[in-house]
Amino acid sequence: MSRIAARFKALAAQGRGALIPYLEAFDPDLDTSLALLKAMPAAGADLIEVGVPFSDPSADGPVIQLAARRGLKAGSTLAGVLKMVAAFREGDNETPIILMGYLNPIEAYGYERFCTDAAKAGVDGLIIVDLPPEEADVIEKHTDANGLDIIRLVAPTTTDERLRYVLSHASGFVYYVSITGITGTRTASVEDLSKALPRLRAATTLPVAIGFGIRSPQQAATAASIADGAVVASALLATLAETLDENGQATAQTLPRVLAQIEELAAAVRAAGSGAKAG
Amino acid sequence: MADTTVNGITAAQANSLRHGPDERGHFGGWFGGRFVAETLMPLILELDQAYKTAKADPAFQKELAFYLRDYVGRPSPLWFARRMTEELGGAKIYMKREELNHTGSHKLNNVMGQILLARRMGRTRIVAETGAGQHGVATATVCALFGMKCVVYMGATDVERQKPNVFRMRLLGADVVPVTAGAGTLKDAMNEAMRDWVANVADTYFLVGTVAGPHPYPAMVRDFQSIIGTETKAQMQELEGRLPDVVVAAIGGGSNAMGIFHPFLDDASVRLIGVEAAGHGLDSGKTAASIERGKHGVLHGNRTYLLQNADGQIDEAHSISAGLDYPGVGPEHSWLHDIGRAEYVGATDQEALDAFQLCTRTEGIIPALESAHAIAYASKIAPTLPKDTLLVVNISGRGDKDIFTVAEHLGVKL
Repeated sequence: MSRIAARFKALAAQGRGALIPYLEAFDPDLDTSLALLKAMPAAGADLIEVGVPFSDPSADGPVIQLAARRGLKAGSTLAGVLKMVAAFREGDNETPIILMGYLNPIEAYGYERFCTDAAKAGVDGLIIVDLPPEEADVIEKHTDANGLDIIRLVAPTTTDERLRYVLSHASGFVYYVSITGITGTRTASVEDLSKALPRLRAATTLPVAIGFGIRSPQQAATAASIADGAVVASALLATLAETLDENGQATAQTLPRVLAQIEELAAAVRAAGSGAKAG
Repeated sequence: MADTTVNGITAAQANSLRHGPDERGHFGGWFGGRFVAETLMPLILELDQAYKTAKADPAFQKELAFYLRDYVGRPSPLWFARRMTEELGGAKIYMKREELNHTGSHKLNNVMGQILLARRMGRTRIVAETGAGQHGVATATVCALFGMKCVVYMGATDVERQKPNVFRMRLLGADVVPVTAGAGTLKDAMNEAMRDWVANVADTYFLVGTVAGPHPYPAMVRDFQSIIGTETKAQMQELEGRLPDVVVAAIGGGSNAMGIFHPFLDDASVRLIGVEAAGHGLDSGKTAASIERGKHGVLHGNRTYLLQNADGQIDEAHSISAGLDYPGVGPEHSWLHDIGRAEYVGATDQEALDAFQLCTRTEGIIPALESAHAIAYASKIAPTLPKDTLLVVNISGRGDKDIFTVAEHLGVKL
């Protein structure tokens, strides 16, 4: 069983959803982001999304845009991100790592070589924002061969007919983009989420995580109990950005503050327990 | 998806270069496509369907023809450039006068088509990206004409160097939003326009200005711009009784070039030359020549040639002309390059400045700096060609907007 499947199964047995925090690789530098990554599981991260900085993140809001820019300035490359994951894996063989990014760095790296190297580094799944299932044939045989999940985004605009098609190309879990918009802007209402979930449940047995616009512990708890997991990205990156000095460098506050926020989110998710589960 | 293809070419395409792209929006089975976030996919598919229906609807075509004639001012003349021809002493140079269109460039051909489509689709709010501001002005113009809300994203650098167009757009009622991300040029404006669209899917139509973006944009914009080549073909037939030998056009995203090339793709005797902005020079590192110095990659919804580093991060382009200052190019051009049907070359900032003055001095036509790149290459090859060679250069826009930039480079204070 893959790390992703094993983790969701274990959480379902505990009767709660997953907290999935996000960090941008190399933000604000390699050492800080690697230290943050290593400390996340103990702070309560059940799965972790690692953002791969890209020069043109056209589906992301200002907070992730700035984080990506800091990462690139600190020398992030796709190869560097894989090394960072490999370093994390030396001390943690259970927490699933999902890379989230855009297609072009992967295409430049080479699809086959990337999937081989990513699996070797200990990556479990990929979220490639600008790769819809229609174009995914370039990578699917290599993700299959290397046991990497392709996590599919599903949006409120996705029709029922399209939902079936998209999910036929999904593995690992399904990422429900709870709003129409870019990352870190609006927040979906509990009613909207409660309405959206049965539609997804009817179409897939995969776990469902909700993301885009989840900021507070309360929102994370709600999302993780309605679905199987909550992704928190911009809120954490915004906290990280607040702690940087005037030159954009990490300070003594950077790790403690981001980790404290993850602990608060995790406590809320754990206290909320489970709603209807995929089983 | 179930196209029967051989090496990415369908049976229909095998006999013609003009039937692309395939159902997935791929040119030659590789370039183009639809690389967008899932939130946008349903919209792209809806647009594709709406465009197919409109294209086949005689009422839509009739409406478009009416506006093209009485509002845009088509057809545009094909002008024999006698003095330039004499001065260069070679090929017979004709100019396709797209700068005479309303708003001063070829951009309105496409914008008119898409605004009629947006209206059919019931959209009430238009977003657009712009570089030099020509597409932004054209979009703001039709939004004024039809009373629609208009938001134009423009890089902050471009806002600075194209002030007259920014003022025109604001006069026309558009909300011009300066984009400070990146280098503040066209690529950043494109990112921001896509973010707006994804956040406002219910009422908003994204009016793309060039032959790039996710399918169906490259094919649709090409179709709307193909009137340039269709007219050129008929006009040359009337004037000279035959096809031209060489067609030259400037390439940023590549819409004016695709428009004039497309009707000639199956006429093998016609040389098609796209002139990219070489900036300070093709090997200077400050260039916008995506085909000549780029690699295959994926950006802004399509696979095409892109200026990028080894890690797949997109480079900043450089050109004196804001309209060519883009690190990518339309996917159909990438395909035409790879199959060798069209040639792609570069003209530097300096060559464009020289050609700007040559055209102004010999023909009394002040060309846009974008178009000046095409004139630069045409004037380079014309002296090497026999006198009976018919060479058409596409004057895609007029240069009034550029006089401040040109004055600065010539050391003149206005």
